[in-house]
Amino acid sequence: MSRQHAAWLLLAPAAVVLGVFFLLPVAGAFALSLTDYDLYALADVHNLRFVALNNYWALLHRPLFWAALGHTVYFVAVGVPLSMLVSLCAALLLHSPLARCKSLFRTLLFAPVVTTVVAVAVVWRYLFNTKYGLVNEVLASAGIHPIDWLGEPHWAMPAIILFAVWKNFGYNMIILLAGLQAIPAELYEAARIDGASAWRQFRHITLPMLAPTLLMVGILTVCGYFQLFAEPYVITEGGPLQSTVSVLYLMYDEGFTWWNLGSASAIAFLLFVIMFAVTELMLRIGRKEAGT
Amino acid sequence: MTPRLAKALINGLLIGGAIVALFPMLWMVSVSLMQPGEASNLPPPLLPAQATLHNYRELFLRAGMGRYWLNSLLVSSATTVLSLAFNLMAGYAFAKLRFAGRDALFKGVVGMLAVPAQVAMLPLFLLLKPMGLVNHYGGVIVPALASAFGIFLVRQYARGIPDELLEAARIDGAGELRIFVRIVLPLLKPIMVTLSIYTFLTAWNDFMWPLIVLTGQDHYTLPLGLASLAREHATDTELMMAGSVVTVVPVLLLFLALQRYYLEGLLLGSVKG
Repeated sequence: MSRQHAAWLLLAPAAVVLGVFFLLPVAGAFALSLTDYDLYALADVHNLRFVALNNYWALLHRPLFWAALGHTVYFVAVGVPLSMLVSLCAALLLHSPLARCKSLFRTLLFAPVVTTVVAVAVVWRYLFNTKYGLVNEVLASAGIHPIDWLGEPHWAMPAIILFAVWKNFGYNMIILLAGLQAIPAELYEAARIDGASAWRQFRHITLPMLAPTLLMVGILTVCGYFQLFAEPYVITEGGPLQSTVSVLYLMYDEGFTWWNLGSASAIAFLLFVIMFAVTELMLRIGRKEAGT
Repeated sequence: MTPRLAKALINGLLIGGAIVALFPMLWMVSVSLMQPGEASNLPPPLLPAQATLHNYRELFLRAGMGRYWLNSLLVSSATTVLSLAFNLMAGYAFAKLRFAGRDALFKGVVGMLAVPAQVAMLPLFLLLKPMGLVNHYGGVIVPALASAFGIFLVRQYARGIPDELLEAARIDGAGELRIFVRIVLPLLKPIMVTLSIYTFLTAWNDFMWPLIVLTGQDHYTLPLGLASLAREHATDTELMMAGSVVTVVPVLLLFLALQRYYLEGLLLGSVKG
């Protein structure tokens, strides 16, 4: 058998799976979003009508869509910087020559990442309980009054953000730690000889050298956080007063509770476009910064 | 700051961080061993007055957790084994075999990494329905049989195989498939372990797609069973914690046993930027 044939043979199974079960549906998503696919069409496909961009138009006039987008953007805009900050601090601590038992600490700090999001979300739902929850217990010991984390529309999203930071910071910590280890030690030595303080070393060596890694980690985290779904589904069920309904939560509800698959597809597609635009913007800004 | 103070500060912060990271899981285990209702005492107790396995018995005998557990094991294992084969074959072909359109095709695979899976979910549901794969284990397994990430990971690793080795085998008259099985696969063992543990954990923890495609309780995986239990039994803290323990502990143990491979894969996969 020629090399060309062998290559096609080895590629075929993966190509079929990705083509039929990924590329075809992605292309189909846009087509679906231009139809009024609903429960009637699900029963009999002849009820299906082409409605052009009507689904998008209707969405843009729907307060709940804007609310869901607002909640998601809030989650991304606060959650991503906070997660990155915690990841960076953890990585810096682990990288410090003064730290002991590094691999043990690395494992312990990383552990939340591999846990099942639904299971630990259930745990945190109880930790956030107003009366019996240990989060309020800890706050009480600092003299802070109990917060109705999951019952107050203002506090539900911060609670979900805290949970997400706890669950995810270990992932970026590992990548940033590898980035820190790749910075040549001579740079720091030279700076020490010049008498630069620890802060100046961080500001003028660590941060610029780590910038490409930070940018990549930031983009990956933004993409991940835009896909907020399981956390509100388990912790708050979208409440209270729909204050934690995310875009994907709305898509799931629209598609699989109400069977408005056409409109749900439009939501999915809009989210995709927004994610693409935001990551593209981050890349542009990142490149510009690197250029100056 | 004196070095001793700095050392105490850094290690103290690490210990504090580790406590925050681990506390919810330790609390989960502790509460799962409490009597029903015990966690709702004031002040909330940290340890059970008398440890009991009552909640676990309840979970498996009445709440059907055994079935969910086996479903999860079946779906995750099948996905891992089959997708490993598909991704290894494709990743190796991209790395080492020359064929028309290779670079363009690989660019396409990398492009797929940027598309969130949720975009495909609604049409995928409509596609699987006439195939009889909705509310069927296959509905979860089949779409996961190949992944752009898996192919990418294998390709990155397989590029390290020296061409001379493959050429020598070809001169000796070995066929391409024989080379793949006899020479390439043994060299790919480390990445096989990495990809297996990664795929297994992802499949075990996956929530949104199984929630959509598995419509009946009989086929529920652990996260689905747990989420639906949490909606019905919201006040049974102890029972829910036992459910979380049963869900989380297998993946935590797997990670602890194979963490070197997992973390290597994480770094290898993240250099794509």
